[in-house]
Amino acid sequence: MPAVLEIEGLRKTYKSRRRGTRNALDGFDMRVDAGQVHGFLGPNGSGKTTTLRTLLGLIRPDGGRMALLGHEVPDALPTVAGQVGAIVESPQFFPHFTARDTLSLLAGAGEVPAVRVDEVLELVGLRDRSGERVKTYSLGMKQRLAVASALLKNPKLLILDEPANGLDPGGIREMRTLMRTLAESGMTVVLSSHILGEIQLICDSVTIISLGRRVAFGPVDEVLAQHSSGAVRIRLEAVSDLPVATEALTQAGIRVTGHPDHLMLAGVDKPASVTRLLAEKNLYVSELAPIAVDLESVFLELTATAPVPGQHRQVDESMKVGGTGQPGPAGGGWGA
Amino acid sequence: MSLFRTELRRLSKRRFTRYMTLLGLLVLAAVVVGVFFTNQKIDAGQLAQAERQADQQYQEQMRWSEQERAACEQAKTAGTATDGRYPDDCSVITPPPREEIKAEWFLPSTFDFKETFAETLIPFAAILALVGFVIGASFVGAEWSTGGMMNLLLWRPKRLTVLLTKLAALLTGILAVTLPAAVLWFAGFWAVANFRGSTEKMTSGTWQSFMLTGVRGVVLVLVLTTIGFALASLGRHTAMALGGVVAVMVVGQFGLGILLSMASVRFAEAWLLPTYVLAWMTKTVTLQDWNSCNATYYGECKPATMDITWQQSSILLSVGVVVILGAALWAMRRRDIS
Ligand SMILES: Nc1ncnc2c1ncn2[C@@H]1O[C@H](COP(=O)(O)OP(=O)(O)O)[C@@H](O)[C@H]1O
Ligand SMILES: [Mg+2]
Repeated sequence: MPAVLEIEGLRKTYKSRRRGTRNALDGFDMRVDAGQVHGFLGPNGSGKTTTLRTLLGLIRPDGGRMALLGHEVPDALPTVAGQVGAIVESPQFFPHFTARDTLSLLAGAGEVPAVRVDEVLELVGLRDRSGERVKTYSLGMKQRLAVASALLKNPKLLILDEPANGLDPGGIREMRTLMRTLAESGMTVVLSSHILGEIQLICDSVTIISLGRRVAFGPVDEVLAQHSSGAVRIRLEAVSDLPVATEALTQAGIRVTGHPDHLMLAGVDKPASVTRLLAEKNLYVSELAPIAVDLESVFLELTATAPVPGQHRQVDESMKVGGTGQPGPAGGGWGA
Repeated sequence: MSLFRTELRRLSKRRFTRYMTLLGLLVLAAVVVGVFFTNQKIDAGQLAQAERQADQQYQEQMRWSEQERAACEQAKTAGTATDGRYPDDCSVITPPPREEIKAEWFLPSTFDFKETFAETLIPFAAILALVGFVIGASFVGAEWSTGGMMNLLLWRPKRLTVLLTKLAALLTGILAVTLPAAVLWFAGFWAVANFRGSTEKMTSGTWQSFMLTGVRGVVLVLVLTTIGFALASLGRHTAMALGGVVAVMVVGQFGLGILLSMASVRFAEAWLLPTYVLAWMTKTVTLQDWNSCNATYYGECKPATMDITWQQSSILLSVGVVVILGAALWAMRRRDIS
C-alpha cells in the first residue's frame, strides 16, 4: 500500500528568550497508508499538534523530511493542499460570519463549487443552523463546522486534530460513523484524540507519541498483542479446587493471583500448557480466557502516564524513548 | 483571481467595513452640508455696502493715527516720559494703506470655488485615510486573531500570495469607495459654490491643479490603508496597528513636539509627521522661525523660513510604506503560525 503520509526524523525546537529551548519534536517518525483510519495518540504536550502544523506548512521544522500523497512537503504544499483537508487544534472562525458565509468564502478561495457547501453542512448536521453567526455556536457546533470546512475540498487525506472535542455522545457516534463511511469511500483519515475507546473502535492503525518521539505504531491489534502481558483468567469446575491449582501453577513458575471464584495468571506463553498442567492433577478447567488488553492500558504503559495515587503528574512527565526518562510505573489498568 | 474575488467579498461582508465606510461618508457629507449653510452668495448691493464699510474703517484709522501722532508730538515737546508708548520718531505713526482694509472683512463668508476648493481636499483625504487605516488594520488583524488566516493558509499555502492578494483586494475596495466619493466631493462643492459663492475664473490650469491635488489625496488614502494593513499583519492583531499609531502619535509626536519646543529647536514642525502630510496635500508648507524675527514698531516681521515640499513628503511616505510593508511580508514568510 502506498503511504499517504510519511514523516522521518522530524525535529522542531521552540526557542524562547526567557525559557530557553524546548524540543517539541525530537526525531519523530510516522507513516500512514492509503485508505486507513489512523489514530494519532499522545499525552498533552507530546507534540501531536506541532506535528500536524509542521506537516501543513504552518510552522517550519528544524530537521527531518515529510511527504503528503507522495509529494515532499513543505515544498509541494501548493500542489497537494487541495487534496488535504485539515483542522488543527479546535479551529476558530471569524465570529460575525454565518457558517454558510464562512464555508462559502473558503470554497471561493479554494475554487470548490458552491453546491459543496450545502453538502458538507448536511453531512455534519448544521443544515438548519447554517444561517446563524458562528459567535452564537456551541463548542460542539464549532467543531462540526470545522469538520465541515475540512471536508469541503473532498480531500484524499483528512487530518483532524481532536475532532471529538466538545461533541456530545451522539455527535461522537455520528463522527465515528462519518469517518468509517469516508474511509470506505477511499479517504484516508488521520485522527488525533484522547478518547482511546473511540480510537480503538474506529482506527485501523495507530501511532503513539510521547515527548516528541514515536513509542509505538502499527495496526491496532498488533500494538495490543505486542503489549499484552500474557494474562489469563481461569475458572475450575469446583471452586474448592482453586487452592490446589494455585499451588501446582506456582510450582510451574506462573504468577497467580487468587480470587474467590477464579484465578488470574500472568506470564503465560501458551494457554494450552496451563490446561495440560491442571489436567495432570485431575483439575478440569471450565473457562480459560486470555485477557484482552485495551488501548488505554497500552497507551498508559507506553507513555508512562498512568496515574499514581498520591502523585500529581506534570504534563512533561512521560515516557522518553532512547532517553533517560522515568520508566512507566507498573500497575496500570490491566485487566478487563 | 478566485482568491482576489473571495477576499473582496470577505471585505464587503464585514460589518466593520460597512459601518466605518458609512461613518466616513457621513462625516464627509456633513462637511459639505456645513459649508453650504455657513456661506452665502454675495450680490452687488452687499458688495457696495462692504466697500463703504471698508472706507469707513479706513477713515477711522486715519483719524486715530492722526490723534496718536499729535499726542506723540505733544508728549515729545512737553518732554513727559512716555514709557515707550510712542516711538522716537512720531512720523512713523501712519494709518494702514487703504488696500490693506479689505471689503471681504465686512462680507458674510462666501464660497469661492477657485480660492477654496483645494483646501477642502485636505479634510477629504484625511477622513478617508483614517477610515482606510482602521479598515485595513481590522481586515487583516481580525483574520489573524480569530484564526481565519490559518484556515485560509490550509487552503492556499503560498503565504506571500495570500497576504498580497488580501492587500490588493483591500486597496481595490478602498479605491472603489474613494473615487466615487471624490467625484461627489467635487460635484458637491461645485454646487455649494454655485449656490453659496462663485464658480468664476476657473481655468483649465486650476482644474488641472485640483485634479492633481485630488490624486495626491487618493494616494494618501491608499498609503495609509496599506500602512494600517501592514502594521496589523505584523502585530497579528487589529489592536497592534491602532495601538502602534496611538503610541507613535502621542509619545513620538506629541512628546517630541514638546521636547523640541522646550529645546527651542529651529523649525520643530519639520520633525513632525503631520507637517509632511500637509505638505503632500498643499505641495509646500512654509515653516517660520519666529525667534529669528526682528519685529519693529512699524516694520513687518520677516521670520526665517523653511520649505517642506511634496517631493520630500513623497520620499517619506514611500520609505514608510516600503519599510512597514516589507517587514510585514518578511514576517509572513518567516514566522510560525500557531
Ligand atoms: N508556539 C509555541 N511556543 C513554544 N512552545 C510550544 C509552542 N507550541 C507548542 N509548544 C510546546 O511544544 C510541546 C508540544 O505541544 P503540542 O504539539 O501542542 O502538544 P499536543 O500533543 O498536546 O498537541 C508542548 O510542550 C508545548 O508546550
Ligand atoms: Mg494538541
